[in-house]
Formats: sequence, C-alpha cells, structure tokens
Amino acid sequence: MNQSSDWNPPVRRTGGAREPARRGAEPSSLADILERVLDKGIVIAGDIQINLLDIELLTIKIRLLVASVDRAKEMGIDWWEHDPSLSSGARDVLEENERLRRRVGELEDGRGARREDDHGTQGAEREDER
Amino acid sequence: MRLVESAGLAAVVGSVPLADFDEDALRDHLEDLEWLERTARAHHRVINGAARHGQVIPLRFATLYHDDDRVRAMLRERRDDFTATLRRVAGRTEWGVKAYVDPRSFLPDPDEPTGGEGSPGTAYLMRRRAQRQDQETAHLRATERAEEIHASLAALAVATAAHPPQDTALAAYEGWMVLNNSYLVPDALSEEFTALVTDLGARYPAVTLEVSGPWPPYSFTAPPKRAEDAQPEETPS
Repeated sequence: MNQSSDWNPPVRRTGGAREPARRGAEPSSLADILERVLDKGIVIAGDIQINLLDIELLTIKIRLLVASVDRAKEMGIDWWEHDPSLSSGARDVLEENERLRRRVGELEDGRGARREDDHGTQGAEREDER
Repeated sequence: MRLVESAGLAAVVGSVPLADFDEDALRDHLEDLEWLERTARAHHRVINGAARHGQVIPLRFATLYHDDDRVRAMLRERRDDFTATLRRVAGRTEWGVKAYVDPRSFLPDPDEPTGGEGSPGTAYLMRRRAQRQDQETAHLRATERAEEIHASLAALAVATAAHPPQDTALAAYEGWMVLNNSYLVPDALSEEFTALVTDLGARYPAVTLEVSGPWPPYSFTAPPKRAEDAQPEETPS
C-alpha cells in the first residue's frame, strides 16, 4: 500500500457514523442533495411541465463542467464518446473547426509568404503562375 | 408552508412566484448553480422537516400546481400509489454510503521492468500499455472491494439504490468514488447499520467509507422496478 501524502480523503469520515445521527443535524453536501432532489423522489406530472430531459441535461452539464475530461476518463467515464447524439455532433464541429483553423492558417501563411515575395525578388511560384 | 389535505393524505405545499417557476424561468434558473443550490436545499429542508413529524414521500424537485384544488385532485388520483409507497417506506430510513479509494493503493506490485529489448519506441509503448493495464487492474480490484462492502451493507437493508459517482467539484474528494449507494434500512437496525459502516472501514483500510443520513426516503419512492426493491412487505416492527 503506497499511500502518498497528497491523497486527501473526504472531510466527513467513517468515524462520524458512531455519533447518533440526527435528522438535519449537519448540512448535507450539495452533491448529495442534488442527486436526490433532481434524480430521485417520486415523479408526478404537475401543472407546469418542466421537461425532465432539461434536468438530465443540467446534471450532465454540471458533470462535464466540473469533472475534467481526463479525470473522468481515468475513472472510466467516457460515455459521451460512445453516445452518438452527444459525441458525433460535437466531434464534427470540433473537426470542422480544426480544419477551418488550419485552412485560415495556411491562407495567412501563404499570403504572408507571397507578400514577402512581392517585396523581394520574384518567387519561382509567381513566375510559374504567370 | 401549509398542509393541503385530501383522501386521507396531506401534501406539504408552499407558494412560489410564477415568474420564477414558469417553464422558461425554470429552465434559466436550472442553469444557475447558485439558484439551484438555494432552491434545492430549501426543497430538502422542507422534506426533512416534515419527515420529523411522520412518514413522507419526497416529490421530485419543482413539482408545481396552479392552486390547492389541483393538489387535492392529484392526491385523490394518486391515492393508491401514495399509500402503497408509504407502506413500503414506513419505519425505514434511507442511509447513504460512499466509498473512496486512492487508486495507487490498488496498483499491482511493480514487476521487473519489461520491454528491455527492442527499440526505445517499442519500450515506451510497452510501458504505456502496462500502465493502462495497471489502472484497469486497480479499478477492478477497488470495484471488487466496493462490491463486498455493498453486499455486507445490503444484508441489513430492505432495498438499495445506486447513484453515479459524484463530481469532484460538487463534492471535494480525490481518487475514485467506487461506491455511492443508498440503503433503505429498518429503523430498528439504524445503529447496527452505521456501526457496520465503521467496522467495514476498519476491515478495509485502503477504502475510506462515508455515511450520510438519515435521509427521507428519496431514493425509494419510485415504484419498485428491480427484484431487490420488490421484497414482500413485512409488518414494520
């Protein structure tokens, strides 16, 4: 067992369980509350319909927001990579974005190079183009 | 807060401004973690307070009706569901148990270095692969310990429910959360249950256990789906 010094266990530990638990004696953690009031609890249709999907999206959003992707992957949480509705669209956008950036970069480089050529001796490329 | 009664049931009701809780406003608010925290804690406080006075069924956050008559109508319509659920959770309490591990505690012992032969590139790839395999092994071992702990705890519970591992920013911890479960425990066994958590913590020194509760039965109010939730009812002692 090679426990290193930077391993920080959670604040509330096993030992606390020995004390007689009182309802609401200690403020519960936000994560504990959210996973219960958003994900659990009996669901009945109210007069104002909030799409449960919204709530799920929200919790997903929080998860993505706060858990760094690497850390999540390290824990084996990589469902978004296998969820076509989430990943393919996002990946396409990212790829497209990357492609466009490269293209813009190429164009800028090209133009810069040509401008230099214009000021200096005539480049071979330009000669060819004529 | 007030009580709205019908069909032998009482709903704990509070009025909220429509401006904050109509569909659009709610959607915006749900994106606002500060608002969400305040409101979710208030929701929980009310349920927790009511649970001190009797058996409750927690409703999902933001269950909204236009007026008290609609609430009464809902109580009448859902009377059978609610009474069945109340029977299921009566005399029982929800406890949460989480298990954390430091992944390094579960890594395999380092073997003698492999990949001495071959090019530096091959050796590098071999090393990377070994590291990944070690991580998988560590995760598997930690998960096995978590399952053993869960089995011990489940023996005292009439039902169990699993939550996904929590976000590290919402819940400050390092390493892996390998268990985040709720247990519905008969009140008579509450002390035994929390003592068992302590004992298990001692039995598994590489695992840090954390108990939370007692909770109102949030995780056990949905209609039973799995076999373990649908155990035959016994008279609560």
